[in-house]
Amino acid sequence: MAGASALLLLTALDARLRSHAAAGAIAERSGLVAALELTDLALFCEARYTRHPSQADLHSAFQDHPMALEHFPSGSLVPAPSPGRGLP
Amino acid sequence: MSGFIQRQRYLIDYTLAALARRPGKQVGLLLVYTLIVFLLASVMLFTQSLRREAALVLASSPEIILQRLVAGRHDLMPADYLDRIGRIRGVSAMRGRLWGYFYDPTTRANYTLMVPPQSSPQQGALAPGEIQIGAGIARTRGLEVGDVLSLRSARGEPYGFRISAILPQETELVSSDLMLLSERDFRGFFAIPDDRVTDIVLTVPNPREVRKVAEKLSLALPDTRPILREEILRTYDAVFGWRQGLVFVLLGGSVLAFVIFAWDRASGLSGEERREIGILKSVGWETGDVLRMKFWEGAILSLTAFLLGYLLAYAHVFYLSAGLFEPVLKGWSVLYPDFRPVPFVDGLQVATLFFFTVFPYTVATIVPIWRAAITDPDAVMR
Repeated sequence: MAGASALLLLTALDARLRSHAAAGAIAERSGLVAALELTDLALFCEARYTRHPSQADLHSAFQDHPMALEHFPSGSLVPAPSPGRGLP
Repeated sequence: MSGFIQRQRYLIDYTLAALARRPGKQVGLLLVYTLIVFLLASVMLFTQSLRREAALVLASSPEIILQRLVAGRHDLMPADYLDRIGRIRGVSAMRGRLWGYFYDPTTRANYTLMVPPQSSPQQGALAPGEIQIGAGIARTRGLEVGDVLSLRSARGEPYGFRISAILPQETELVSSDLMLLSERDFRGFFAIPDDRVTDIVLTVPNPREVRKVAEKLSLALPDTRPILREEILRTYDAVFGWRQGLVFVLLGGSVLAFVIFAWDRASGLSGEERREIGILKSVGWETGDVLRMKFWEGAILSLTAFLLGYLLAYAHVFYLSAGLFEPVLKGWSVLYPDFRPVPFVDGLQVATLFFFTVFPYTVATIVPIWRAAITDPDAVMR
């Protein structure tokens, strides 16, 4: 157990070291976002409303037709927009 | 004080020796316990890492993006909207963006085609007929610098693009499916007239003026919808918060089953354990000592499960790129970026996980032991 506790403390150290080491890569990603005026992460590229959730229509998951069911697993995990979202 | 610590050490020694005498009894519980902590900690660490990364990276996204809506759907924006907006106090620059999607039937993947802004270093490096692509596209199509990528344009004609550069692999999280091309090629490929742009980007240096500017835009151009940077950040915070919550709900059933199992194990005393308590009391142990010994037994078991589960989850997420979650996250996405999550660990979240996994089990072991420990040793042994 002492070994596991020591490893737990080491994970905190590892997290700090690795996040410091990743600062360059994050700065590079951030620089590209600023240079190209990007708005979203390229995590889910299967549909336009999962590729750019922040730019999608408010009810984009059902935009194809009123009875359309959700096609993609990641789309079904995006929450319904809150009433406050949209126009400021 | 040192006497108290010494006493606890003896009790822990005795507890460890007792656990070592019958290891098989606790192994099953420890395995299930560790698995539950592993799953909960993996979800927590992974979503926290993505949430933090999104917040850091997207903090550089444009302050305001103005979209045009026609019949409730996003539509191309006339370039003269830039003139109609005119001069708004607080806006230091505005320009039209050109971007869109292209479905590639060869790979069954969607690419994001984009014209880089004039001020970007990518714009200067792009000659007509040349493109820069994200590492995801290069990997999926097996392309290298100098190769020609042929795509079918909106008019049905084949369009050949020479690849002048591949965007750095470190930026894949935001550029995996990107294809950067010149304005002339973009308009020619999608048959978009010169007087249309996809949306408008506005630079507002003072964050306190952003909402006021958005209000003015909504009044000046009622058929548009401003999207603020803070909304983009909030969207991602909500997406990952939701995702984490949803996985926790899905795990809820198994967590509940474990709680019942652990409660049953912790609160029910076997005849052997009752006999052990009786013997300990008859050889002079006080009720408090028996309680402390059983407290240490519960604490050692739950703490070991927490430590093992957390360490395995840390290795799984940050050294194996959360391989178990990848199929769910990928979904239908062909161009899923190849990235390794950065370990941004939230101490408060770890403390919460610790409290909810270690504390209840330890407490659950105390009550039945107390009941057995306050009865007469002779009655307990019988």
